[in-house]
Amino acid sequence: MTAEAPAGEVAIEVRGLRKSYGSLEAVRGIDLSVVRGEVFAMLGPNGAGKTTTVEILEGYRSRSSGEVRVLGHDPARRERDLMSRMGIVLQQSGVQQYLTVREVVAMYAGYYPHPRDVDEVIELVGLADAANRRILQLSGGQHRRVDVALALAGDPELLFLDEPTTGFDPSARRQAWDTVRSLAGLGKTVFLTTHFMDEAQALADRVAIIARGQIVALGSPNTLGARGSQATVIRFSLPDGVVPAEELGITRVSGGAWQVQTTEPTRVLHELTGWAVNAQVELVGLEVSRPSLEDVYLALTSEEDQEGAA
Amino acid sequence: MSGLALSIRQVGYENRAFWRNPIAAFFTFFFPLMFMIIFNVLFGGTSRIGGASGLRVADFYTPAVITFGVITATYTNIAMMITGARDLGILKRMRGTPLPPWAFMAGRIVHSVLLAFLLVVIVAAFGALFYSVHLPWDRLPALILTLAIASGSFCALGLAIAGLVPNADSAPAIVQFSVLPLNFISNVFVDMRGAPAWINTVSEIFPIRHFADALMGIWNPLTSGSGFYWGDLAVIAAWGVCGVLVAMRTFTWEPRA
Repeated sequence: MTAEAPAGEVAIEVRGLRKSYGSLEAVRGIDLSVVRGEVFAMLGPNGAGKTTTVEILEGYRSRSSGEVRVLGHDPARRERDLMSRMGIVLQQSGVQQYLTVREVVAMYAGYYPHPRDVDEVIELVGLADAANRRILQLSGGQHRRVDVALALAGDPELLFLDEPTTGFDPSARRQAWDTVRSLAGLGKTVFLTTHFMDEAQALADRVAIIARGQIVALGSPNTLGARGSQATVIRFSLPDGVVPAEELGITRVSGGAWQVQTTEPTRVLHELTGWAVNAQVELVGLEVSRPSLEDVYLALTSEEDQEGAA
Repeated sequence: MSGLALSIRQVGYENRAFWRNPIAAFFTFFFPLMFMIIFNVLFGGTSRIGGASGLRVADFYTPAVITFGVITATYTNIAMMITGARDLGILKRMRGTPLPPWAFMAGRIVHSVLLAFLLVVIVAAFGALFYSVHLPWDRLPALILTLAIASGSFCALGLAIAGLVPNADSAPAIVQFSVLPLNFISNVFVDMRGAPAWINTVSEIFPIRHFADALMGIWNPLTSGSGFYWGDLAVIAAWGVCGVLVAMRTFTWEPRA
């Protein structure tokens, strides 16, 4: 896996990261680097190791082995300088229920050496109308905005967003995306995890696809879908009783349906059609398809389901 | 801001949130006064315990209800609030900020101790006004020291039990179970002089009995002395130290649900 980061100052550097819980290895050797100002997405199914990885970067969890640098610090040491320079939006976390939005933002802002203006933060996340309401009076979507507001209160250089839109309706997701884009516009480095492909595609400069604790693909959303190494799929049907030559390596999907995946579509197609012409067989419904980002994602992460890993 | 300034600021936020939560404020302040009235009505505030030369009922139940109230304000409040904040993810979020963990904890503990002192003032004033219970002005230094050691120790024990409680749902049951039976055998709800010796021995293992006895001595107008009950204070403080040690081993910032 070549993890080519764009040129620039490195915000996050991870080498050979591993994390085990007892006999379960949740993270199995991750390498990545994130440059300043970049929006980096870690995309993967539930249980792939996203939250474990991001919580190691945030300083919540220790690692079993590997090197991790976040803004030049080892996050496991939880130094105050590092904690002052990053903002964290956890997957689930509560706020003091009986304080108002403005009070909690002001309370959190006070923990940081160079906080942003409280009203500006509230405005940025779109809670200006609810600024004087108590946390327990807010809707679910408004809660999530409070999460973002609290992460921004200290004017962090680096922002972690762990599954920021899980449970959102489509319009709330769009609004959240706009907020993330505006953060990127402010020059913040954003590290987000998601299990929504469209979210990674819409927001990220680069995406790492993670499955079973390992990064299985890394690149910009566009190059990721068009990766040369990804297999082209050739599908067709044959009449009953007709079987393609064994050396072609084609597998039966069901009944008369056949399929082959190849990284050399030109050669395979040439051999296949050559065999068909010689054998005087028609390849019914012959189809050659390039994988979409969705196909790439599903192909890369489906092994997990087969092996039934957590 | 320094850690100290941050924890003082944290006390302010804790206080604001506390008074807006009607249930916590109700249990902490209304319950002790309610018990005070009930006991005085039941046993006749001016009648004497243990014969004509004994303590008046009101003189017994003023320090007894203060014992109950201080434990509610410290031990019970800390245990409930910490397990609640832990399961809601408030503690985890706090841990993701540069606020030093001790500054957050200090804010909570100092707030509880202040509540305890306020409660003492309210109950003492209530007793003086309605049951003409004398105020122990002459033993004020002993009272302040006793309250400081006891409220600090019961906060530490609250943190310890919070670490042992599996989740916020089970917190009320476990916390009440750990306090309520002891209140009955510790000179808080019932005068223990008539009780069998063995049950007095049991109750003397625990800190509630020693706190109640120390306050009882401070409020007792029939005794002399400065009111420093060093033996009782030592037992309470020892429990407090144990509380700190257990809390350090069992405390977690993350939800357990």
